[in-house]
Amino acid sequence: MSVNEQALSYPIPNDAALDPPAEWAELRTRCPVTHVTLPSGDRATLLTRYEDVKQVLADPRFTRQLTAPDAARLSADGSGVFSSEMATIIPDSGEEHQHWRRLVGRWFTAKRMNALRPAMIRIADDLIDDMVKRGAPSDLRASLGFPLPVYVICDMLGVPAADRDRFSYWSDTLLSLTRYGKAEIEVAQGEFFQYMSDLVATKRAEPGDDLMSEMITAGGPEDGGLSDIQILVTGMALLVAGHETTANMIGKMVSMLLADRTRWERLLADPALIRTAVEESLRLDANSGFGLPRYLNAETEVSGTVLPRGTTVVCSMAAANRDETAFENAGEMDLTRSPNPHLAFGSGAHSCLGQALARTELQVVLEALLRRLPTLELAVPVEELERVEGLAVGGLREVPVRW
Amino acid sequence: MKVIVDEAKCCGAGQCVLIAPEVFDQRDEDGIVVLLEPEPAGDRHTAVREAAAVCPAAAIQLDEDA
Ligand code: HEM
Ligand code: SF4
Repeated sequence: MSVNEQALSYPIPNDAALDPPAEWAELRTRCPVTHVTLPSGDRATLLTRYEDVKQVLADPRFTRQLTAPDAARLSADGSGVFSSEMATIIPDSGEEHQHWRRLVGRWFTAKRMNALRPAMIRIADDLIDDMVKRGAPSDLRASLGFPLPVYVICDMLGVPAADRDRFSYWSDTLLSLTRYGKAEIEVAQGEFFQYMSDLVATKRAEPGDDLMSEMITAGGPEDGGLSDIQILVTGMALLVAGHETTANMIGKMVSMLLADRTRWERLLADPALIRTAVEESLRLDANSGFGLPRYLNAETEVSGTVLPRGTTVVCSMAAANRDETAFENAGEMDLTRSPNPHLAFGSGAHSCLGQALARTELQVVLEALLRRLPTLELAVPVEELERVEGLAVGGLREVPVRW
Repeated sequence: MKVIVDEAKCCGAGQCVLIAPEVFDQRDEDGIVVLLEPEPAGDRHTAVREAAAVCPAAAIQLDEDA
């Protein structure tokens, strides 16, 4: 395909809330390496095949340096949290990135998650109590999906419960590039930064059993630890990376499972399927957002197409996750699918640091809903569910349910 | 079956521990994989294969003939 050909607009417009755009299947089979035009007007190369996406995400030549002068800009005004100074404070690649990851990673092990599970169950049960008290119908996104991940992250960071709702607001402003004005975003970012500086000072004076305290007591860079500014930004980054993603996924997962109620009934009959059902929801999420952009710093080949140095590639994990060559009956939701090596959390050295946490949260929410509200159902026809099209993460505007 | 893990590749995602806790663990200090059973018993093979298949860093190799 030549560069002059009419390029597809990306993101590909799609009205269906839970189903993929028809173009994906065609791109995978006929044009797995294709030119697209981004909202900024810049050109990029879209990848939709499982093998290609997996390989590129794990290949360090495909960097995250989207600030390179010839890298494609994603949005028209070039703004967004990922291009702000935050991204420059946490090392982005190589050994320094690995070092950072391992320092923070100790808080995200499977063992830690199992230890956090009882507290998460309590949070989920309390939120469901409130929802039930307010009565049906209810928006599951607002009552459960949105608050739960913030509360969990606050607990991990050692943020007092009284401050959770402010955290929630800050996170929302930092990510919702369209809903808030520039001034509002700047004020929120300033407040959040100030709050986190104060939190570092408090934890230094009185360390607790939390991630912020642990990062502080590990010592500064001279002791192999992190600097104060890195600690602060890590705290902010964890909130931003883990909130909207998980909140939206809760809404999408529950919607997918209720869209065909036999799925819900199957889980009621056999809750042992919760783990694989969560993985299958992650795989089938057709509305996961933009995908992952990468900037290529050396010429290479993908699926027989030569990509010159300086190419900006967009990996669509959601399209790759429905690749028939990687998954049997890829378009079907199979609650027992195993193994399920989907790419919803990326792949390779940068794959989601919080994936054990996200998985645990999704399992806890699903288990709590099945246990507490077995009669749960969507309060509107599936066709009426509406997407929110954020730049970073996709989700549903509302998830109306009754029970 | 013989299991080989590559600590340098491991990104600490913990998938292996969630799926086959008898065979894999993670170091407390940085979350990197620890192999508890390099030659797991037959009843664990399915879980170990699943763990190797879903490891996001491709850090788990299996020698099925060993
Ligand atoms: C369902 C929920 C989630 C999804 C779908 C998701 C998805 C992703 C993806 C695709 C990446 C890879 C980015 C890249 O390769 O450039 C990533 C990275 C990351 N995620 Fe998540 N995530 C989720 C939840 C979380 C949670 C709960 C946390 C932590 C509180 C978190 C923290 C991170 C961090 C810190 C990174 C950067 C890792 C690095 O650069 O090494 N995520 N996430
Ligand atoms: S699943 Fe892979 S990356 Fe994750 S801890 Fe195990 S070996 Fe490491």
